[in-house]
Amino acid sequence: MRDLLEVYVQQFKTTLATQVQYRAALVIWLIGHILDPVIYLVVWDTVARSSGGRVGTFSTGDFGAYFILLMLVNHATFTWIMYEYDYRIRHGDLSFALLRPIHPIHADIADNVSFKLITLMFMLPIAAGLAIVFRATLPLIPWALAAFVPALLLAFIVRFLVEWTLAMVAFWTTRVSAINQMYYVAALFLSGQVAPLSLMPFPIQVVATLLPFRWIIGFPVELLLGRLTPGEVLMGFAAQGVWLAIGLALLKIVWRASVRQYSAVGS
Amino acid sequence: MTYLRLLYVFFRIGVLGELAYRVNFFVQLFQSLLGLGTALAGLAVIFTHTDRLGGWRPDELIVLVGVYMLVGGAINLVIQPSMERLIESVREGTLDFTLTKPEDAQLLVSVQAVQIWQLTDVVLGFGVLIVALIRLGAAVGVWQAAAFGVALLAGGAIVYSFWLILATCSFWFVRVENILVIFQSMYEAGRWPVSLYPGWLRFALTFVVPVAFATTVPAQALTGRLTGQTLLGAVALAAALLVGSRLFWRFGIRYYSGASA
Repeated sequence: MRDLLEVYVQQFKTTLATQVQYRAALVIWLIGHILDPVIYLVVWDTVARSSGGRVGTFSTGDFGAYFILLMLVNHATFTWIMYEYDYRIRHGDLSFALLRPIHPIHADIADNVSFKLITLMFMLPIAAGLAIVFRATLPLIPWALAAFVPALLLAFIVRFLVEWTLAMVAFWTTRVSAINQMYYVAALFLSGQVAPLSLMPFPIQVVATLLPFRWIIGFPVELLLGRLTPGEVLMGFAAQGVWLAIGLALLKIVWRASVRQYSAVGS
Repeated sequence: MTYLRLLYVFFRIGVLGELAYRVNFFVQLFQSLLGLGTALAGLAVIFTHTDRLGGWRPDELIVLVGVYMLVGGAINLVIQPSMERLIESVREGTLDFTLTKPEDAQLLVSVQAVQIWQLTDVVLGFGVLIVALIRLGAAVGVWQAAAFGVALLAGGAIVYSFWLILATCSFWFVRVENILVIFQSMYEAGRWPVSLYPGWLRFALTFVVPVAFATTVPAQALTGRLTGQTLLGAVALAAALLVGSRLFWRFGIRYYSGASA
């Protein structure tokens, strides 16, 4: 355990040093991740204003709060591992990771968390600024706030497991861009990024409940906005728990098969 | 005439290079279809709650989707890959070879790389455009069609000049690829009419990164929203930027010291 902690601390230092070097890349990343939710916020804001100030149960202020929170939750849980693994395999970088005495997922988690900590310094003021511009109304409900913390943590872990496992596809094919795009599109519609799920057609809501997407982005946002009853929140935690178990099992199986599949450059 | 022939030659080289990777065509086609499906599904969700978005009807927004794909495809087809190679060749010093050729260097660097499969986006975008226009039942008059053509050309010229100016900056600041990536993420915003966005964002999308001229203005022309003033403004800006980027390129070339000299 102590050793693992040390690994995380070292990884944090490395990531910090790297990110300070690549400031421009940080800015680009920020623009991409802020612009997307802002675009959908603007669209729904326009719809709400043209239909008497609200759509379903969402007023313009609610949309503001929803999409800004969505941006923050998406920021907290997102990973870039699916876009990187194929490079690692093709260039043989993975061989070094395999030589280390701990599972390579730890380095990735530490790297991810460190990056988030650094970018959070930019995200929070931007989110505050956007909240003012779009007049977001955030209701503060103490129990929801308390439940949000474990929900976000579970969302992060589940998303990391799912996407890390999916990245393993790169062991079998190097044409991962189409698969990544499919995953991205599914997440766009089923996690509440295009629109709050309650505004989606009913069949999509059903599918979203059965798949992991809602539980890794939409659920923490709806929870914090006080849109869920305590019963629904418990169900959400249960769903996250189920996906956590599935994710862990899949990771174990797929990783074992993947490493066997891997033939490094030069071996 | 020489220029057209040169363009054709480079295009042919690009095609020949890519023909070796035919599966890429299907992958790219699949991704283009997925992108189109995403755009249409997004519109479908929005229009279950309203019948107009900022004054645009569903089929008019599909026109915009068509223009977005068409222009985006054209950018990815030749402008972006060529400019990326230009930046790379400045860093590696291989621009020397281009400069010693007896043709206009700006032309050579502007068409030097072609990602041929991006044509799927161009073709699909064009198809979407036509289907949407038929559904609109819009009898597109000669003037509207002409205005669309002019707006599209002006938008293309503006985007091209914008990229050339940024890529030319690599003579001074070697690593500028990142700035180009910013354009791509900002281009996403062009899938919606820029009139939707709040003032500061609309300004940025019009004058800082000229997305509005590339997508919204041509779509306005086809849906009968374009004023003569906007069109004139777009043409004037295109002309100014073409000349400006040309002068800036010449200036940059003089600064370029080469790899070995």
